[in-house]
Amino acid sequence: MLVFILRRLVQALVVMLSVAFIAFMLFQYVGDPVTNLLGQDATEEQRIALRKDLGLDRPFPVQFAGFVANAAQGEFGISLRQGRKVSALIGERFPATLELALVAGLIALGLGIPLGVYAALRRGKASAQLLMTATLFGVSLPNFVVGIVLIWVFAVELKWLPSFGRGEVVALGSWTSGLLTRDGLLHLILPAFTLSAFQLTLIMRLVRAEMLEVLRTDYIRFARARGLTDRSVYFGHALKNTLVPVITITGLQLGSLIAFAIITEQVFQWPGMGLLFIQAVQFADIPVMAAYLCLISLIFVVINLGVDLLYFAVDPRLRVEGKAH
Amino acid sequence: MAVDADSKPAASTSALRGFFDGDVWHSFRSSPVAMLAAVIALVCFVCALFAEVVAPHNPFDLATLELMDSLKPPSWVEGGDTRYWLGTDGQGRDILSALMYGARISLLVGIASVLLSILIGVSLGLLAGFVGGRTDAFIMRICDVMLSFPSILVALMISGVGRTLFPHAPDMLAFVVLVLAIALTGWVQYARTVRGSTLVERNKEYVQAARVIGVSGFRIMRRHVLPNVLGPVLVLATIQIASAIITEATLSFLGVGVPATSPSLGTLIRNGNDYLFSGEWWITAWPSLTLILITLSVNLLGDWLRDALNPRLR
Amino acid sequence: MAMTAPLLEVSHLRVEFPTRHGTLLALDDISFAIAPGEILGVVGESGAGKSLTGAAIIGLLDPPGRIAAGEIRLAGRRIDNLPYEQLRRIRGREIGAVFQDPLTSLNPLYTVGRQLVETITTHLDLTARQARARAIELLASTGIPAPEARVDHFPHQFSGGMRQRVVIALALAANPKLIVADEPTTALDVSIQAQIIALLKKVCREQGAAVMLVTHDMGVIAETCDRVAVMYAGRIAEIGPVADVIHRPAHPYTVGLMGSIPAMDEDRERLLQIDGAMPRLTAIPPGCAFNPRCPRVVERCRAERPELAQVGATSAACWRPVTVEAQR
Repeated sequence: MLVFILRRLVQALVVMLSVAFIAFMLFQYVGDPVTNLLGQDATEEQRIALRKDLGLDRPFPVQFAGFVANAAQGEFGISLRQGRKVSALIGERFPATLELALVAGLIALGLGIPLGVYAALRRGKASAQLLMTATLFGVSLPNFVVGIVLIWVFAVELKWLPSFGRGEVVALGSWTSGLLTRDGLLHLILPAFTLSAFQLTLIMRLVRAEMLEVLRTDYIRFARARGLTDRSVYFGHALKNTLVPVITITGLQLGSLIAFAIITEQVFQWPGMGLLFIQAVQFADIPVMAAYLCLISLIFVVINLGVDLLYFAVDPRLRVEGKAH
Repeated sequence: MAVDADSKPAASTSALRGFFDGDVWHSFRSSPVAMLAAVIALVCFVCALFAEVVAPHNPFDLATLELMDSLKPPSWVEGGDTRYWLGTDGQGRDILSALMYGARISLLVGIASVLLSILIGVSLGLLAGFVGGRTDAFIMRICDVMLSFPSILVALMISGVGRTLFPHAPDMLAFVVLVLAIALTGWVQYARTVRGSTLVERNKEYVQAARVIGVSGFRIMRRHVLPNVLGPVLVLATIQIASAIITEATLSFLGVGVPATSPSLGTLIRNGNDYLFSGEWWITAWPSLTLILITLSVNLLGDWLRDALNPRLR
Repeated sequence: MAMTAPLLEVSHLRVEFPTRHGTLLALDDISFAIAPGEILGVVGESGAGKSLTGAAIIGLLDPPGRIAAGEIRLAGRRIDNLPYEQLRRIRGREIGAVFQDPLTSLNPLYTVGRQLVETITTHLDLTARQARARAIELLASTGIPAPEARVDHFPHQFSGGMRQRVVIALALAANPKLIVADEPTTALDVSIQAQIIALLKKVCREQGAAVMLVTHDMGVIAETCDRVAVMYAGRIAEIGPVADVIHRPAHPYTVGLMGSIPAMDEDRERLLQIDGAMPRLTAIPPGCAFNPRCPRVVERCRAERPELAQVGATSAACWRPVTVEAQR
């Protein structure tokens, strides 16, 4: 198992380095690296000094190494658009996105798994068919359309929920949380549901498909042949076997949620990293784009690793090293 | 060989007849949902393709716009105008016409991206499967890394880089970058599937025999492997078209998609969003509905096609 | 013959599969009985309906298959028309099952012990500790070494033969009186097959359980069974004591079957081969299903379907069975 972890860590490192490479290329060759680091208002002397400092005349690998060293410390220069340090900007916005993504993920799992199980067990019945048709809608609806519809219904017509921004937040050290105030929670509802919609339908379809597959296996048949109760068969055996592959996919979805938050944040003007990124793309703000790319990759890699470890914990076949005898 | 020339036309008509006799067509006729989806998709497609002919107005002809007609609600609501069936936007443009032109852009970009995806994916898959070795390993590594990134991120990055590299690009270039961005999010699936099939075919005896005779690898790939992988590629394409359309709409909604002079459905939704709170719901509602209809019917068709082609479910 | 009341009685069982192309008749008027403690073999080619018979008895026909007619009685009580919950109670408690592939019969995520204890506590009123003790006992009786340790192992930690022993232990966990074993050795190594069959025979004798042993391997039948039923195209061709069916077969199909088995003690020039193949469910000929391939066919065979009738020591469904005189 140690070998496995080591191998995965090496893989992760390779991915991170490749991403850092792409970010580096962006920094150096797309736009001007000096501008990227100093901002647009730098004086000519500052530029020349930085050029020397950066060693832009130094060989490529050295520059790359320098970039990686900086990146590892979170140093990405100054945002071209806002003139502030990129790391500070991202640090401010990160909690908003993370909270949104986590809540959306919880909704997707909390609703998706039970609904998927229901659709599998009640296969063929009208209610299950209805659910599956609803998932077809869910897969066909773009994220932003869902958001707009929800805003239209709950904010414009019914006026029950707010549709703009984060509301009241509480500062906990360098973290700002909207989960602790009623206002913050209200503001979280519409965006979180919007973001969760796609994942919700995916999870529902996946759980249903997996469950149906599992219900066809020999061991379920054998369990039934032994006269085990329906409850045992469905929730003791089938569910556990269904959830094992679902866990991997779901873990990966968390990363996806953080990325798709870009869209949701735009619709609801949610002050998170995604909104920052969009503005960076529109403005060609390279440092922010590069930083976001690296951060997202890091998150993805960490999540992937975590999911692999989780798999280990859950599936005994991967765990026990003993030979079959 | 004289036989070849004669048997070709017969082969195609009997293939056509075979199609209509077969399970796929039968499954289609017996599924009202699939037929409805096909009809809707066809209507949208025709309207989009022939927008100049079908649309009652030309929303891009500034000469025909009248500011006084702006912000009119749909014709059946009080204050509406029968000339503008679905209402008008802030500049006096007819929504229905804008929808048709917008749908055309959305469909064009969507289909172009999928075609490009297929081209890239199938070529790389064939290459990886046939050549094998380090090329294969390399391509698969790239696939793995790309798969772990959400499509929207890839598309945004490419779009962003394109903007930075060509800040004052002509519209055509913007379209190219957009199509490329979306295409690069979807090629991996094709590459993997094709690679798998290629690996299977490569080990078959007739391929080995052909190699011994000296037929070039390229010809083998084209004549033998390609026909066998078209089925799954077709199924993948139907899934991907809806996804490509949604990605384009999302990018345009975010403001980094199609140029402003050629608004797609996503752009229309974005523009209409500003009017939502002031009560002019129709400006964003109709494009949204159209987008949903298109993607829904494409998805339904794709679902039905998958089930029809799946031998296990027959 | 002294006849004790049969443990299992199957009468005129019909199993159908409604499909898009029409209704397929998979089992056509099957009747047989199993006495308590008896081992009945059910043999036939793939597709003859052997496994379906077992599935119908346990009540686990895969939909859309269903029992269209006939009765199944267990110890005199009708079980084919029971509501689901009552049928569930019978499964495991009165009828046990052993399936073909030990690799897929066990849930990979649970220990062997947990699966045993679960089965035991579902049917028997034992405390958790008692159930665990019984589980260990069962593992021991099926020949698994160090059962106290292995009871907490996962299925993938057992080899194929060991796994099938666990499966047998599971089938016997609640002390059923009848075991339906569907090709229990087919997926195992030849060297292990003999062990497992011997084990099955031993524990069933010990517990006094009857066995319906479905297989296509005549060698296994000869070793293990008291009686054997030969199935063909969803019908029973011949049924009778093992020695008689093997050495004095009456139905031409059985004759062909026996003739096609290589034997060490006989001098045979060529193995007998039956021309043609068993008909598909959609194309069963009228009259006797075997008539297109039968060397003894007469007009009546094509018109009327024969019923099982006593011929010598066995019962055969044939209008012109091979009698002992004809064999001499």
